Amino acid sequence: MSNMYHLVMNEIIKLMRKKRLMVVFLILLVLVPIFTYAQLRVTLQTQKQLGTTDWKVALRQQINDTTNRLSSSRIPDEWKQWMKVRVQQQQYYLDHNINPTAPNAVTFTREFMSNSVNLFIPLLIVIIASDLVSGEVTSGTIKLLLTRPIKRWKILTSKLIALLLFVSIVVVLTGGMAYGISGMVFGYGGWTYPVLTGFQLQGETVGTATVHALPQWQYILMEYGLAWYACLAVACISFMVSVLIRSTAAGMGIMVAALIAGTILTNMVSSWESAKYFFMVNLNLTDYLSGTLPPIQGMNLTFSMITLGVWSLLALLISYSVFIRRDVLA
Amino acid sequence: MSREITLEVKNVKKKIRGKEIIKGISFKVEQGEIFGFLGPNGSGKTTTIRMLVGLIRPTAGNIEICGYDIQKHTNKALENVGCIVENPELYPYLTGMENLEHFARMLPHVPQKKIDEVVEKVDLGDRIHDRVKDYSLGMRQRLGIAQALLGDPKLLILDEPTNGLDPQGIKQMRSFIRGLADMGLSVFISSHLLSEIQLLCDRVGIILNGQVIHEGTVSSLLDESHRKMYWYVHPVAEGEKIIKGFSAVKITHVDHEEGFIITESDEEWVPLVNEELVKNKVKVSRAEWKKPVLEDLFLKLTGGNQFV
Repeated sequence: MSNMYHLVMNEIIKLMRKKRLMVVFLILLVLVPIFTYAQLRVTLQTQKQLGTTDWKVALRQQINDTTNRLSSSRIPDEWKQWMKVRVQQQQYYLDHNINPTAPNAVTFTREFMSNSVNLFIPLLIVIIASDLVSGEVTSGTIKLLLTRPIKRWKILTSKLIALLLFVSIVVVLTGGMAYGISGMVFGYGGWTYPVLTGFQLQGETVGTATVHALPQWQYILMEYGLAWYACLAVACISFMVSVLIRSTAAGMGIMVAALIAGTILTNMVSSWESAKYFFMVNLNLTDYLSGTLPPIQGMNLTFSMITLGVWSLLALLISYSVFIRRDVLA
Repeated sequence: MSREITLEVKNVKKKIRGKEIIKGISFKVEQGEIFGFLGPNGSGKTTTIRMLVGLIRPTAGNIEICGYDIQKHTNKALENVGCIVENPELYPYLTGMENLEHFARMLPHVPQKKIDEVVEKVDLGDRIHDRVKDYSLGMRQRLGIAQALLGDPKLLILDEPTNGLDPQGIKQMRSFIRGLADMGLSVFISSHLLSEIQLLCDRVGIILNGQVIHEGTVSSLLDESHRKMYWYVHPVAEGEKIIKGFSAVKITHVDHEEGFIITESDEEWVPLVNEELVKNKVKVSRAEWKKPVLEDLFLKLTGGNQFV
């Protein structure tokens, strides 16, 4: 196995020297402060609108607004269902004296991941994964790599291991930077702050029978764990695209298009049920924790995790069988 | 002549997308010899090389390297090969040394001493710690060879090793390759440049349209029996008319601008032709035997009109 250790080391050195991780770091370094500022503006705006800094007033106001809109006949039924659930949830926060939008670094870190898990973080993963194999094909170094006395599956495995390692680093880095940068504005507290989870999805409703409070650090661990799982799926699929498509640009384009298609579909396919088998509408695993209704009926945490798992395994299966057999012509 | 066979290709065929690119080729490379693989572009040279190093699978036939079948004992076979397929493509964002370390890690135990040794051998010196993207083509070529030598191979496969080098670089490359062969390494070189093979190789295999149309030593190909007589005469047209009178003398080319006629014939006919020319007041300024170059041979083997 020292053999595999050396191969993985090679892949890590190449990834580092290609400065892929640096690109991800710089993107986060630019965007996280922007998101932090946006969050700050949202908080200030809400306070200004309500003319008070008392969040209870704001929350009551929101509940009132939603309830009023519920009585309007112009709102479609599926929206009403969702709005009712929101009201239930907000009422629960109010009754238990929990400020759901308290701006602190930990809350920001939590919110940041839940907002970026379906598109932003996957894009960062795509940056790292998309040229892993196709890059070697384009530069021609694949010919040197595959004429070593090493089985092809081992070479592919070393790349996969390096990729999974970098995915983990990206997820941790995202959390770390969100916390570190937003903390400068919001303060670094909030780790023990209670967050509600345990919502049950029963058809079109969110069951609150099993809802309980978790300390925020525990919630964040669960959330980042789920995000990591979603990122692994994205990584495996990008990996397959990188094996199948020789041009890195084309491969990256395909992945970006697929991910964006996911966000578009999420907003419009509540009536097309079989769309739930697409991997890209299942990336929002963290929504199951926070009790947001899934875009398509019949989706739940187990379903999404199995769907992502099956996609990943298929992607790896295709990657290996193609990579091991393919004639290297280009 | 019981030298070890380092590479044996037996009736190898390859079909790509239904089209037969390689139509059953066979040849052998012995230990310590430089084997030239000669053919025009598109004749199947690179496809063959890719099959030799296991990048693509032959549709039929066997390839053995030091007795190991590349299909069945891929790793054993590849341990004995160093290669550059097409261009010396290394990682441009790594330094020369990092590239060598990268490929050394992929071989079964290469000590740092070995790496330093190959760097010295290809004479890269201090530049080894610069990034490959700042290297000249010649330096990349040398680094590529350094990489190929890391595993102490018995067979070195080089695809167009002098392509893109300046005359100085070409000369250095030739003497370098000769030095490797003298130390017992078999070197397999592909080229579309006939002069290159002629200057460098011991034996040559000529490939055309996916078939090896000739295999033999370079010297036997170029032996005396193929030599030609160049007649520098004035006026040319008159000279041509007179030479045509000899049925045993064949005119292969008449150059009106430079003013010479190329003929093929046995030696005894030369004084007779000369006498006849002088008798008819055709001025013979020069007459000389020239050895054929591979170009002539190639044209002869291929029928002359199948490639440019």
